[in-house]
Amino acid sequence: MNFKKLLAPNKMYGLSFLGLALTLFTSCDPDETQVVTNFTTITMQDEFDVAGAPNSDVWGFDVGRGTNGWGNNEMQYYTDRPENVVVEDGMLKITAVSESYQGAAYTSARLKTQGKFEQKYGRFEARIKLPWGQGIWPAFWMLGSNFDTVSWPQCGEIDIMEFKGQEPTIISGSLHGPGYSAASPVTKSFELTNDRFDTGFHVFGIEWGEDYINYYVDDVLYNQITPEDADGEWVFDQPFFIILNLAVGGGYVGAPSNATVFPQEMLVDYVRVYAAE
Amino acid sequence: MKKFKFISYFTFATVGFLTIALVSCEREFSEDITLATFPTIPEVFTDAPVNLTDEFFVSFDPADGANVNGFDTDSDAYKGTQAIKIDVPAPNDPDGGFIGGIFLDRGEGRNLTEYTALTFWAKGSTTATVGLFGFGTDFLGDKYAVSIEDTNLSTSWRKYIIPIPEASKLVQEKGMFIFSAGTQSTGNLGYSIWLDEIRFENLNTFGQARTEIFNGNDETRTLYNGDFDVFGVSQTVNLGDGTDIDLNIASAYLDYHTSDPTVAQVANGVIAVVGAGSAEITASINGVEATGSLTITSKGVFISAPTPTHDAANVLSVFSDTYTAAVSPTFEPGYGGSTTKFNLASSNNNEFAAYTSNNWTGIEFTSSPINATEMTHMHVDVFVESASTSIEFQIRDIGTNGKINTNVFTGQPNSDDKDYRFQASGLTPGQWNSIEIPLAGNIANQKNNLGAIILAGGPNFILDNIYFYKN
Repeated sequence: MNFKKLLAPNKMYGLSFLGLALTLFTSCDPDETQVVTNFTTITMQDEFDVAGAPNSDVWGFDVGRGTNGWGNNEMQYYTDRPENVVVEDGMLKITAVSESYQGAAYTSARLKTQGKFEQKYGRFEARIKLPWGQGIWPAFWMLGSNFDTVSWPQCGEIDIMEFKGQEPTIISGSLHGPGYSAASPVTKSFELTNDRFDTGFHVFGIEWGEDYINYYVDDVLYNQITPEDADGEWVFDQPFFIILNLAVGGGYVGAPSNATVFPQEMLVDYVRVYAAE
Repeated sequence: MKKFKFISYFTFATVGFLTIALVSCEREFSEDITLATFPTIPEVFTDAPVNLTDEFFVSFDPADGANVNGFDTDSDAYKGTQAIKIDVPAPNDPDGGFIGGIFLDRGEGRNLTEYTALTFWAKGSTTATVGLFGFGTDFLGDKYAVSIEDTNLSTSWRKYIIPIPEASKLVQEKGMFIFSAGTQSTGNLGYSIWLDEIRFENLNTFGQARTEIFNGNDETRTLYNGDFDVFGVSQTVNLGDGTDIDLNIASAYLDYHTSDPTVAQVANGVIAVVGAGSAEITASINGVEATGSLTITSKGVFISAPTPTHDAANVLSVFSDTYTAAVSPTFEPGYGGSTTKFNLASSNNNEFAAYTSNNWTGIEFTSSPINATEMTHMHVDVFVESASTSIEFQIRDIGTNGKINTNVFTGQPNSDDKDYRFQASGLTPGQWNSIEIPLAGNIANQKNNLGAIILAGGPNFILDNIYFYKN
């Protein structure tokens, strides 16, 4: 089992993380008004080192097509089959396949920690190599744990990373809540200057505390969202759970084209969560 | 404005260079050898050619229609003071109907291994589609040529990117840039192209290269031992803006694999079929497998035609390794409407004449006709793969006027010409068939000026030992 709830910081990791933190401060020079924190106490990590199905202590699945393609007219049918989701070679592999399945033209997978791991505040990060191509829509995001009782968008949604396969150098980080959701979230894009997201691994993360969420790609802090930015109630003061998914089609990216190559793989090297402290 | 000196198309022998290239570029080196490194200068043209001589532009051959007058510099630059301006001529321009050529490093060449792409800025006086941009063409073998076709130009400056398929190959490259432009996209109206800031760059915004060999198909060929070129090589790369770009890439960029080296081997993009049996050829580039394969089934060494046995004193030879030739025949007379593909090839040092897709062609020797008055027959050895092959040999006496005279409506001899036509069919496939054709019919009494052997139909056959004789 890779899943660990660590009561004390991993010393080795703490050291290397300190190095990263120093780099952060010296290289990105964040705006003075931003609150920059660096959390070091791991509360959950999955390094995806044990081959087979994802660790069921951490991950559950959404299966099927949802309502209206999960609210976005997505075109895939989500399964928990190894063809669509498996841990191997030290990676979580989510694979979008072009195949006729249960009335859908594509299959893929969506993993979630709902009911298994939820946390309020802290650092949430994943190291991911993204898939690519028109109509490919991978995401690393979170929903408020009261999702089932208050429904969306009241529960809040933190999109740590969303990506359009047809824009291989750009990701977005967004916040959805009551009054600022769907097509009008609080959002910001980040573009790599001389690199792309589908040819190597990048770390996507947020640091979330009381009244702020900081967005990172690798060692770059590229956005901070505070209650002043939200045109509505700030609902990010309760536990959230994590979602990793690879959608095909949908309003955000449009349908795949003839040039879209299948299968497409979203490779996740690790997911790590740190306590806010 | 500065006129660059025009240097015409290269034709001089390059054996020395090629030998050096083979030694310095082709072999796998052991770890402890330090290679001589060539300049790594990335710029090709900024406000002037960089580290190139004034004679850096080498035009395509004017004999092929290339116009050499439209290449100049201009102060309308994307950056700095000067850009290259190219005036694309109309097709009816008396000085040539298209423009194009290469930017050649006339020095020792450059080491481009640290770069990932050629980039440049370009615009047109009108929106136009430019036939070809690229690099790696050096008119010295074009070993690592890369090009893109049909590039759309805007009337404002835009940046263009041509990825290098595998930069580790470019340890000594001389072909810095190539372009070729006509007026196909502008309704035959001439226009101008501006080029600026041509350079090699270390860009990482493109990726997901997908490479094809053999046009991406799983091809099969049944043949005999011999050499032929890898074909159908291309690559598609996803650029940073999410669009795909299609590249024509030289076959030498790829690493090849054969399932049986005793049957077929690949080096420098040439497949050498060396033994009987089957072998599958596949390829990879940057460790990524290319789509497509070729399964070769070799029948082994092509069997040469039987050695003729007629006494040389009784023979007037047109084509044979056994006899001294009486004439120097033309094998590709270029008849209108001909679909014929012709190859002179050899096996075991014995030359043969291979025809494919023949409808009509001929073997001509009109400038020194053969006086076959003494002779009684024509001999020819024929090899076919199909039992349905049927070839008509038309032995033509061209008379005294020294010309082939043919009625264009009937195909029959005209004027002072006579011929005898012989249909060779029922041939045994997979072996040589020796045919003895009598000098009969209309040429029985006029065979003192034999000037051609017309070949009709087939369509696929190999000929050897064509000669006239008497017993």
